[in-house]
Order: sequence, then structure tokens, then C-alpha cells
Amino acid sequence: MAPKPAQKALGPIRRSFAPWLDPSAVPLIRFENVVKRFGDFTAVDDVSLDVHQREFFSLLGPSGCGKTTLMRMLAGFEHPTSGRITLAGEDLAGVPPYRRPVNMMFQSYALFPHMTVEQNVAFGLKQDGLPKPEIAARVAEMLRLVKLEPFAKRKPHQLSGGQRQRVALARSIAKRPKVLLLDEPLGALDKKLREETQFELMDLQMELGLTFLIVTHDQEEAMTVSDRIAVMDHGKLVQVATPGEIYEQPNCRYVADFIGNINLIEGTVESAGGGEVRVKGEDTPGAFVCAGDAALAQGSKVALAVRPEKMRVSLDAPPADATNVLQGEVWDLAYMGDWTVLLIKIDGSEKVLRVSRANMTRTEAKPIAWDDRVHVWFAPDAAVLLTS
Amino acid sequence: MTKGLSKINLTALTFGFAFLYLPIVLLVIYSFNASRLVTVWGGFSTKWYVELWNNQQLIDAALRSVQVGLVSATVATVLGTMAAIVLVRLGRFPGRTLFSGMIYAPLVMPDIITGLSMLLLFVAMDLSRGMFTLMLAHITFSMCYVAIVVQSRLLTFDRSLEEAALDLGCPPAKTFFVVTLPIILPAVISGWMLAFSLSIDDAVISQFATGPGASTLPIEIFSAVRRGVSPQMNAVCTILIAIVTSGVIIASIATKRAEVARMREERAAMAGR
Repeated sequence: MAPKPAQKALGPIRRSFAPWLDPSAVPLIRFENVVKRFGDFTAVDDVSLDVHQREFFSLLGPSGCGKTTLMRMLAGFEHPTSGRITLAGEDLAGVPPYRRPVNMMFQSYALFPHMTVEQNVAFGLKQDGLPKPEIAARVAEMLRLVKLEPFAKRKPHQLSGGQRQRVALARSIAKRPKVLLLDEPLGALDKKLREETQFELMDLQMELGLTFLIVTHDQEEAMTVSDRIAVMDHGKLVQVATPGEIYEQPNCRYVADFIGNINLIEGTVESAGGGEVRVKGEDTPGAFVCAGDAALAQGSKVALAVRPEKMRVSLDAPPADATNVLQGEVWDLAYMGDWTVLLIKIDGSEKVLRVSRANMTRTEAKPIAWDDRVHVWFAPDAAVLLTS
Repeated sequence: MTKGLSKINLTALTFGFAFLYLPIVLLVIYSFNASRLVTVWGGFSTKWYVELWNNQQLIDAALRSVQVGLVSATVATVLGTMAAIVLVRLGRFPGRTLFSGMIYAPLVMPDIITGLSMLLLFVAMDLSRGMFTLMLAHITFSMCYVAIVVQSRLLTFDRSLEEAALDLGCPPAKTFFVVTLPIILPAVISGWMLAFSLSIDDAVISQFATGPGASTLPIEIFSAVRRGVSPQMNAVCTILIAIVTSGVIIASIATKRAEVARMREERAAMAGR
């Protein structure tokens, strides 16, 4: 989509957009202790969640974690076993899907095969009984928005995958729903098209001022598009936070491991206090120091989580003030262009650490190669202390 | 691996086709026989067709067959489609197995039994037998065929299409008519055609269900043959075969063409045109 002047003006608003931090803000969608069971299987387990107006919110998790069920309950295709869902203060229990002010973009797109692109987009508007000229105008506007004007008279099977995705999108926003639900919207597209579409979705969401709730298993996608992400596992919410917080401050091993790559060093607390925690490594030899105020008892089990890009690696000895220094041998090396990823086996253990280096120069006098002996270290504040 | 036909394959093919088509070919050839005797060739002639044209009784029976076929196939399609939807959509409800079994039972039920039980029912209800009872009987036995055809289509139906319609504000009943039905229509139509051809074809059940003055074409043919085989019957059957064959050929050409056009359009769409 072409850049629009209005978008620039929205920039600063976007940057300071955090209604979830404002205790007086009234959320648009509220899930209150929602449970959904299918027979013996608990798909959604006591989920309470607030989503605010104009938020781009992601439900992220592996397949079967309950994220789709949660979304389908909001659309009205499933009913909570217990708990309450409200939208703009209205309890949705007993409201059938065709009377809810939410629209959904389906994973399979679910385009009506016997209707043209135009008729597909007009379908929802027709149900509202809008006058014909208004429907025609709105359809034309939607098709312009998703750049499908030349394809208005085509049937879905005469379109490419990317075009079908756009029709589905146009159809689901044509009614200006309070909330747009997107079920793995980009799963069927190839990588390049997917990335383009992610940015288009973000522009569209800002332009229309809608609230987007997206279900995805692709953590990169969730990071790119979302204001906040809810990470789900086995029907429970594990962490709800901004992409930055999820990445930099995961609250448990599951989230740390699920989002991006991370090194987990298991250990026990030796001492805690004075703004730092000292940890004795279990699967990795050595003593580590980590920044943190957590009051942890001596001997409690913890894990130090360190992102690969926050580890330093060098052939030469590290600077004298370096902390958490380890020695090892380069096991594997992957040159990715912008980054080089090194897998380093730590001496005296089976531990393999993943370290990534930005390739900031085109050539290096002494490049790191396979089987090289290297020093690896990380700063105390590079590690996150995980207790669960 | 050898390409082409081996001797064994060729023999099997010949025998197979001979079994299937020799009787029909003979029937067609003898419909053009000038001789009155069915088994003796007396030269080429179309006189049996002319005679057929003047046989008002047979023509009436044929028209009646079409009438019964149209009505019973239509009613059976409505009922069969409803049954299919219940079976596919309602999931597990108490008695589902029994219900589906009862829908399929007429498929394996001997015609004689279906016919006889129909007759007993009509007598018990004091219904005078005629066109109406004939149609009832035909609806009964053809409905299950429609149910099976429609059910197999519904099993592969993408439910998210209906959910999308609901989601866009379309109530369930309307969704069925504007989304579900148009998409499953080909299956419903083939169910109708199956029901129609079953109705046109049926002789056994019709014998029980029909009354005086309401005999269909198969019943007429049966009784005519009982009085002695006339080449006229060959002519009737040849006409039926011609109708059926051209129907099948037209249908398959149309399907093939639609398929090819669709493939071409899909390829074009994927290539970004």
C-alpha cells in the first residue's frame, strides 16, 4: 500500500500507545476466567485477558494450545464451558455469530467459490440491508484499499493465493467490525509476500483504527505486527506483554525457548542480594553472576537465559573486567550474511552455546573458523533469571 | 513392463465387453428387423418405429413414467438432502447409527419386499392405487440414493464457508440457501438424476404400487413381452438407450470442458495474469 500522509501523523501516537498500562482505561474485549472443555480435553484453561481498542493483539502458541478456540469463542462459533466474554461492556453469551460486531478472516480464506470477488466483498454489507449504491461504493473502496480493482469480476479460483488473501481481508473489514479476528492469516503465503503483507496489515489497522486480534504460531509474525502478544501453552496464558518484553524479559523457560533462540544455563543460587544473583552452573561448569533483585533462597534451582546476540566471542582473551567467561571450541558455524551463528561446545561439559555475531565489516583479519578455541562471555545484565 | 496389450489382456477385454454389450447390440440390431420373428433377420426396416409412434397405449405409459419420475425425483431429492444434512451435521446423537442404518436399508432391501410392504400399507390405509401411490413408492426407494450422493459431498464441504457467512451476519437458514446449497448443487442434481432414472427404470415395486390405468413404461413392456416378444419392444428399448447414452455423453463433455477451463484459469491466476 502506498504511504499515506495520515500515517506519519499517527507515528507519535503509535509510539506512546500503551492503554494496558493505564489503570483507568476500559478494555474493549474482556475474557474473564474463560474455560472451554471438549469432553475430557481442556482446550482453554481459565483465561483472563483484556484487549484494548485499536490494539493489534496476537495469540501465539504451538498448534493445540487453545489460541484458535479462544478466538472462535469471541466469534461465537464455540461457547465457553464457564467464564464470561464481554465486548464493549456487552456480555456475548447467547449472542449468535451473525449478530456479533466482530468479523473473522479465516485461515482457509473461506471465499464463496460461486461468487465473484465483488459479490464476496459485498456479502456482509448485503446482510445489513444497506442500500445498493452504498454497497457498491463501499465495495469499490475496499477493493481499492487492497488493490484488487481490476479483479472485481473474477471468481476466487481465478486468483492467486496472495490475491485470495486480499479478498478475504477486504470482505472481513468491509463491515467495519469493532474487532477483526485473523486466524493464521498469512500461513499460506510464501515468505516474501508474507513479510510485505505483515506491514500492509499494520498500515491498514492504523488507517482504519480497528482492533485486530490475530492467531498465529509464527513468532516472527507476532513480533512484527503486534502491540502485545499473549503466549499460550496447553490452554493457559503464559505471558502477556509487548514483543520487546517477551523477547528481553521472558517470564519462564517456555516463553524464552519459544520466542527466538536462547541459551539456557541451568544452575543453583549461591547468594542473592545487592542487586545481583550468583549462580553455580550445573550443566555448564563455572560460577555466574546475573543482575537482579529477586530474593532467592540459597540452593534454589534457576536458569540463566542469554540470547545468542548478547554473548560475546573472541579468539583472544576477553578484557580484564569481563564477567561470566567460558572457554570452548567452535563446533559449527553458519554464515547468514548479516549475522554469523556459532555453536560453541564448552570445555568440561556437554553444553553447546549458541552465539551470534553481527558482521559489521566485510573482511576480518583473523576470522573465527571451525575447531577454533574461543572465549565466550556475557555481561551480568545480559542474562535473565528464570525460576519456572 | 510391456506397453500395449498383451494377449491375455486383449482376450479379457474382448470377453468383458462382449458380456456387457452383446445383448444390447443384438437388441438394437433386431429393432431394425423387417421380420416379425425376433430371431430371424428379414432385412432392414424402420417399420417398428412407425408402429410404435401409433401405439397410443405405449406412448401414454411413457409419458406417465416421465411424470412419475419428475415428481418422485424432486420430492426424493428434497427429503434425501435433508436426511444427508442431518446425518453429516448433527454429529453424534442417540440413535444416529440406527437412523443412518434405516436410511440405507432400502438399498439392500429386495424390491419384492419393498413392493409388497407398500401394497399392504396402501391396502391398510385404504388408498386407491394409482399415480399417487406409485409416486409415493418411488419416492421411498429413491430417497436413500439421493441421501448417499449428497452426504458424500457434504463430508468434504468446508464448514468455514458457512461460518464465514454467519460471521458476516447471515442467519443460518439463509446461509443454507445462499452458500451451502449453491455449492453442493452439483451433488444434489446428480442425486436427482439418479432418482429420476431409478424411477423410470423400476418395474417390480411399481407392479405392486400401481393400479388400473396407471401403468408405466416398464410395466407395459413387461406385460407386452409376456404376450409374446414383439420387435416394437426392441424399438422402444433402442430409443431409451439412445436417450440415456446421449445424456451421459453430453454431461461428460460438459464436465470435462468446465474442468479444463477451470484448470486453465487457475494456472493463469497463479502465473499472475
